[in-house]
Amino acid sequence: MAIEVDVMKRIPVREQEPKVRATNFEEVCLGYNLEEAQAEASRCLNCKNARCVTGCPVNIDIPGFIKQVEEGNLEEAYDVISNYSALPAVCGRVCPQESQCECKCVRGIKGEAVSIGKLERFVADWARENGVTPKADAEKKGKKVAVIGSGPAGLTCAGDLAKKGYDVTIFEALHEAGGVLSYGIPEFRLPKSTVVAAEVENVKKLGVKIETNVVIGKATTVDELLEEEGFDAVFIGSGAGLPKFMGIPGENANGVFSANEYLTRSNLMKAFDDSYATPIAGGKKVAVVGGGNVAMDAARTALRLGAEVHVVYRRSEEELPARVEEVHHAKEEGIIFDLLRNPKEILVDDNGHVSGMKVVKMELGEPDASGRRRPIEVEGSEYVLDVDTVIMSLGTSPNPLISSTTDGLDINKWGCIVAKEENGETTKNGVYAGGDAVTGAATVILAMGAGKSAAQGIDEYLSK
Amino acid sequence: MYKIVKKRALANNIVLMDIEAPRVAKHCYPGQFVIVKMDEKGERIPLTVCDYNREQGTVTIVFQTVGASTTEMAQYEEGQCFRDFVGPLGCKSELIDEDPEELKKKKILFVAGGVGTAPVYPQVKWMKQQGYDVDCIIGARNKDLIILEDEMRQVAKNTYVCTDDGSYGFKGNVNDQIKDLINNQSKSYDLVIAIGPVIMMKFVCLLTKELDIPTIVSMNPIMVDGTGMCGACRLTVGDEVKFACVDGPEFDGHLVDFDQAMKRQQMYKSEEGRAMLKLQEGDTHKNGGCGCSGN
Repeated sequence: MAIEVDVMKRIPVREQEPKVRATNFEEVCLGYNLEEAQAEASRCLNCKNARCVTGCPVNIDIPGFIKQVEEGNLEEAYDVISNYSALPAVCGRVCPQESQCECKCVRGIKGEAVSIGKLERFVADWARENGVTPKADAEKKGKKVAVIGSGPAGLTCAGDLAKKGYDVTIFEALHEAGGVLSYGIPEFRLPKSTVVAAEVENVKKLGVKIETNVVIGKATTVDELLEEEGFDAVFIGSGAGLPKFMGIPGENANGVFSANEYLTRSNLMKAFDDSYATPIAGGKKVAVVGGGNVAMDAARTALRLGAEVHVVYRRSEEELPARVEEVHHAKEEGIIFDLLRNPKEILVDDNGHVSGMKVVKMELGEPDASGRRRPIEVEGSEYVLDVDTVIMSLGTSPNPLISSTTDGLDINKWGCIVAKEENGETTKNGVYAGGDAVTGAATVILAMGAGKSAAQGIDEYLSK
Repeated sequence: MYKIVKKRALANNIVLMDIEAPRVAKHCYPGQFVIVKMDEKGERIPLTVCDYNREQGTVTIVFQTVGASTTEMAQYEEGQCFRDFVGPLGCKSELIDEDPEELKKKKILFVAGGVGTAPVYPQVKWMKQQGYDVDCIIGARNKDLIILEDEMRQVAKNTYVCTDDGSYGFKGNVNDQIKDLINNQSKSYDLVIAIGPVIMMKFVCLLTKELDIPTIVSMNPIMVDGTGMCGACRLTVGDEVKFACVDGPEFDGHLVDFDQAMKRQQMYKSEEGRAMLKLQEGDTHKNGGCGCSGN
């Protein structure tokens, strides 16, 4: 029976019940089925000058693929998306569509925008389940390109270069490819063995080689790749993986983690699964400091490991940098938000373990240079939050390992590699860069966009 | 996959392995470490580089069976492979980049405690190859735990062996041996490099501080990635927080907060105990429990 469509409203997507999902690591969002996807696709107005496309950092032909979905031509829909994106199953899940493609959708002016992300995800999942992969039939160019880092930027750049006929090798420091898709974003938002592994496999099917366990700057250097290993160009997509700490007393106590450590243990090392050897200290009462997507991921992970979880953030709900959908999911699952609070000190017991966290209340003052209202401490409002675990999620910066071991590669004062936005060109000849290594911590899709532009830049450089 | 090309028992529970890892072998230096992950479900275990052969593309590791993972690792035989082997990680020993003229003038004493003899060996060997004479103390609880003595004697000018219980060599701990060398054998040193259990390094540093001898130690905190992305291995050195995996593992021993480091090493003690029991007794160690998943 056909689904009734109210053109002003999106077709709701099925999700796991909050009470159930809070106890497991299975994916929260279950996605559309064919019927739902076709109904949602029918809401698309197929605009001539589609504004949604301009909101997508890799400019996917959105009305083009949605039209194919509506007609039930899913392989065609997948081919349209594959022309632009190497990781649709990932992007459909983790992109902040509300501030990209969907916020430009004409339907969104009077009603709800078309669920572009959920439709992209549906198409990519269908392709995976039906063994449909991207097509690669480019003529070989006989030139070698090294890609450093197998996160979204590196995978996209490598995939695009392979499609153009280059011989591409990705070097990855960890034992699994995927970067933040593997170690950072939890299983319940982005399943690893199915979605991430399959997208990595698709990039390999284009002919890309992936060497894991190679730390560039240690096991070999950018200069050696160019001078000794015969690479004609290098793309650096090493991300921003260096965690920040607050520098408050007690921060080295047992039970204080960076979000990176907590999430790496859980996601990459699968510490939540008893059959894996890596331990994780779950905690009974956990404070997550910060308000970004990583903070939401850490909080929801701690909850699933059995803890009562508080998100401690120094501004108010309006300023939370996390996606609205993630905050909503976190609240549904029972995460407690302690807003307008800032940690002053972590209290430590005799064994060196966290015994509480001293926090101070904050109020918002005048907007600062960034336009956000500056939080100011409320005098005399300190109190102790009773917690045994603290997860610091204050952002990350680029690791200096590559920039410090590469001759002639300039970085800015934040340690980010200096590269041209339009083509990723750095200050070193033949070396390109993109993603968080250049911008500092940003989004998956922006990194993909940068990888795409750099592949174009490298192709032009090597075609001269 | 990384093949085990040689395996040798150095002591009852200490194993040496040569691993085929050409990229690591080509670029590693004394003072650096590697991370080994045995199989799909294994954890990442940091181990110091004990030796390397650039031509054959092999790296030597030495480990003591202290928990479930190392016990399982010791069961691997020649010809078998580890799934992951990454390195070299951390900074090379400062001695390697020091001005040769300055280095020549220095009287250096290496102090190796137990399995810590393994990371000391490549440094002493490197010194020998560059033509520097150094002294080395190897200390352990008892005779059975002394390793690499013959190898060390070939590269150090003088090797002094001591055991806590006197079952072999000088009777006493490494500090007793240091004091004996200085007080009774008219030795003097400009630099001490001490590697071993944290408690040993702490006490060596207390002594050398008194004696006013600069001292370098190699720290071995809990690590996950070993590339600077998580901070699990953080330490306080002087007034600063350092990540041992990228800023170290070697630091000025007189600035390290050893008490904090020892507490941080204990963080997963009960989890490690559970893992060991699971390995020894299979699933039977769980005895059902109360179902509150607190185990």
